[in-house]
Amino acid sequence: MNPENPNGGTAMSVLEMRHVSRTYGQGAAEVHALDDINLTVEAGSMVAVMGPSGSGKSTLLTIAGSLEEPSGGEVLIGGAPLAAMSRNAKARLRRRVIGYVFQDFNLLPGLTAAENVALPLELDGLSARKARLAGLKTLDDLGLGERSSSFPDQLSGGERQRVAIARAVVGDRRLLLADEPSGALDSANGEAVMRLIHSACKRGVAAVVVTHDAQLASWADRVVFLRDGRITDRTAPPLGPESLLTPGPVQ
Amino acid sequence: MSVRHALLALLSEGPKYGLRLREEFEARTGEVWPLNVGQVYTTLQRLERDGLVESDGAAQDGPQKTFRITPLGERELAGWLRTPPDLSSPPRDELVVKVLVAMRVPGTDVHEVIQVHRRYLVELMQQWTRIKEAEVRGSESDLNLALVVDAELFRLDSVIRWLDAADGRIKRAAAEPSGQPEATPKLKRPRNQRTSHQ
Repeated sequence: MNPENPNGGTAMSVLEMRHVSRTYGQGAAEVHALDDINLTVEAGSMVAVMGPSGSGKSTLLTIAGSLEEPSGGEVLIGGAPLAAMSRNAKARLRRRVIGYVFQDFNLLPGLTAAENVALPLELDGLSARKARLAGLKTLDDLGLGERSSSFPDQLSGGERQRVAIARAVVGDRRLLLADEPSGALDSANGEAVMRLIHSACKRGVAAVVVTHDAQLASWADRVVFLRDGRITDRTAPPLGPESLLTPGPVQ
Repeated sequence: MSVRHALLALLSEGPKYGLRLREEFEARTGEVWPLNVGQVYTTLQRLERDGLVESDGAAQDGPQKTFRITPLGERELAGWLRTPPDLSSPPRDELVVKVLVAMRVPGTDVHEVIQVHRRYLVELMQQWTRIKEAEVRGSESDLNLALVVDAELFRLDSVIRWLDAADGRIKRAAAEPSGQPEATPKLKRPRNQRTSHQ
């Protein structure tokens, strides 16, 4: 269940948001983009955040990823509060711990799949050779080994997004943040992308997937519903599949 | 689900006996529709009565009795495969009714009512997705199961999309200051409307 927590018992929370709020503007023009958000994501689990456009989904993700600061409340990553970190420490966290996946892949066209995946490690100071090996290993782990020397324009949309996911979890990244990760893909490719995020979670990554698509969200262990910047509801822990396969009479 | 036509389809591959038909039916529907033996035999009897299948009359009724499809049965099956299911008439959707009613009940937050249903549907979808997750590629029964699961997921997804659309539409309507029409316009019923209540 949680390979990164050998002590067993309560799972380690990779991301914790405590009473997080975010307001834009002041006075009468003040807008509450997020209001008192409490969210914990443990290692090995996937949480989906569902809500309509403008509900604050993307703001939640950028704050969780330390790309934006909350107006109130606290964000902890791996137990460490972001507010207490220097700019450099936060930048290091973004390079080493957090992986981002966006709707439009953002692969560099002049680099192969393996080079794209290795890039964050190289930027973090790892030797080109070590970074390349780590990149290849991640592609292999995710079943994309064959495509490692292809350039992005030689890959299909679905393959590009899978490479982007590999890049987001390369090395020792523990938190995967995805914003509508299968936005432009057809349903078979969307499913492949979700399977991949799911398998990354099984290997211990914590994932937050923001989406308005229920089919994507249904891959998550938990779904929280966002409306006007507030979490209004959460799913119960899912029952096993056998609950749907119990015998019943046929019409 | 038409058990009748499913059995005809299985027999179109060649003669089979009753027990085997039941096993194959369950395997083909990804074991999502379990069938009891009694249903198989009563259905076979009716098919035989209507001349759509025939049995080797010699043997006693029982699990070893073999059935085969007749030419009439083959025509019936071909016709059924191409007959569109009845999607033409708007079903008396309980959920639609509940949302319409919720807007009129004093002290009821329709958005909260919508969310209760949305959550329930997402939880159902999570369960179906768990099945997909466990699915092993390759065998025919896995393909059948995947198709059945996809159908359920798309169906549930479409209901959630309607809830999302309703949620947004009601929110926008509430924000507009202009007086909204009090009476709901009567829907003109399309032709071929079934009038039977479920």
